[in-house]
Amino acid sequence: MYILNRQQRHRVNYSWMIFSALLVALLPFFLFLGLYLKSFMLLHDYRLSDLLFSSVWKPGSGKFGFYPFIVGSIWVTLIAMLISGPICLLTAIYVTQYTKKRFLRIMHPAIDILAGIPSVVYGLWGILVIVPFISDYLGPFFGVKTTGYSILAAAMVLAIMIIPFILNILIEILRSIPDALKEASFSLGATQWQTVKSVLLKKALPGIIAAFGFGLARAFGETMAVLMVVGNVVKLPKSMFDPGYTLPSLIANNYGEMLSIPQYDSALMFAALILLAVSLFFNLLMHFFIERYNKF
Amino acid sequence: MKIRQKIEESVFKVLMIASTYFILLVLAIIMYSIFKKGVKAISWEILTTVPKGGYYYGKSGGILNAILGSLSLAFGSSILAFIIGLPVALYMNVFLVRQKKLVRLIRFILDLVWGIPSIVYGAFGFSMMIFFGIQTSLLAGMITVTLFILPIMIRSMDEILRTVPIGLMEASYSLGSNKSETAFKIFTRQTVSGIITAILLSFGRAIGDAASVLFTAGYTDHLPNSIMEPVATLPLSIFFQLSSPVPAVQDRAYASALVLTLIILFVSLFSRGVGRRYHKTKINF
Repeated sequence: MYILNRQQRHRVNYSWMIFSALLVALLPFFLFLGLYLKSFMLLHDYRLSDLLFSSVWKPGSGKFGFYPFIVGSIWVTLIAMLISGPICLLTAIYVTQYTKKRFLRIMHPAIDILAGIPSVVYGLWGILVIVPFISDYLGPFFGVKTTGYSILAAAMVLAIMIIPFILNILIEILRSIPDALKEASFSLGATQWQTVKSVLLKKALPGIIAAFGFGLARAFGETMAVLMVVGNVVKLPKSMFDPGYTLPSLIANNYGEMLSIPQYDSALMFAALILLAVSLFFNLLMHFFIERYNKF
Repeated sequence: MKIRQKIEESVFKVLMIASTYFILLVLAIIMYSIFKKGVKAISWEILTTVPKGGYYYGKSGGILNAILGSLSLAFGSSILAFIIGLPVALYMNVFLVRQKKLVRLIRFILDLVWGIPSIVYGAFGFSMMIFFGIQTSLLAGMITVTLFILPIMIRSMDEILRTVPIGLMEASYSLGSNKSETAFKIFTRQTVSGIITAILLSFGRAIGDAASVLFTAGYTDHLPNSIMEPVATLPLSIFFQLSSPVPAVQDRAYASALVLTLIILFVSLFSRGVGRRYHKTKINF
């Protein structure tokens, strides 16, 4: 057997490294290019504004209005953020400022487990717990008749799902604030809460915004859990208790029929392209916030 | 004024405690409902047989196809991602150690890619499959999932490799070893536990994700004979069985959910244990 000598082995290793690194670095461009070429047909036949702001979705007769899906996605994401944002922020402040280090050691595995639960299992839990809760208690409480499969159900499941994600970033950010700042504030006679409010939060603001932004981007693209509880009705939702439809569920629900109509296939790839663009845009934006935060 | 401040402080403190325990409570409720439903539904038969005739109307059979399918898919893609990911992480931390700007750019791209939803990878994988003329298969699913877990794998390895002190690298060079020897023989040995944790983390992601395999791995009631055949996965078996109107089939969805949750809990516990075990090979500074 011919054994490579050290220099040759180095060269093999080195070229494999370069190859892998290039592959990884070019991955987002490949993704973008692939999806763009696939959705080119649709973009060629229709005006972009018609696609985005028309609410007629009849693929059979060639009408592709993504508006209901975009609105559905935005509703679900924003309500999820409204629920989970304050909870995460309050928890992050509590575990970093008010408790002993030991408490974080209980909290970290809990966050890890929440982060590890697959989205299908969250969806199943949503069907078992959240959907009946909304149809039996929350709906009647507000005087609304609902099956429970609704925008609100999706938002609640989603809110739980992104808690570990946002919380981890927030804890990291709050812990990185130097103790000297807090001590200076205490020495001026401020109480703990005053210090948190006017020193900690002010200092960490760009980081907190970035954490919420990352969470938002993550929530926007979440597929399976939302798909299982959102109801999947193509209609502009009028209230939180109405069923809706989101962009990711549009793709996931229709993959079987994709091939029959080429334009339909193209339309679903366009939906994927929108998701990709939103995700990249938000992540880019939030990175600039983090950069600014790091400079201080 | 003083009293208002006191009230404000205590109100917020109560809110903070409430939200912290709310999160722990939600975790407990999730675990409770998954286990309660799952333990009732699970049986030896479900774990060890593949679906038989009339399975989807409540007749006999099990989810062995999905369990084995998921495991092979996750193993395969973790190995693939490791083969591509480890060299990239080493390249960033050994070869590019002096080019801070380039490394930062690569990290930035990886973070961007990490944020892309898995359904986008699924759609991309599907369109690539059509382009290359591949059917839904274990191989197609594996490649798609590999792309999806690659940034997770690289970034977590990178975080560990970053902590290796530069002195170790200099010592290795001064003994006459070249860069790739330093990378593959010194750096990897110093960070074994972190690398294993990174692999396990990606494995957990790979086995739990449904959206990326929905188009690419397909679904089948049989055990696949080759890598070119479609394969069933646990998340999809939960998803499909849950949408059935037959209660016996829904029960199997709960059983599948329990199995999947247990696998993921086991992987995450295991990765915590690994950190303590492999301290022997590590040089302490």
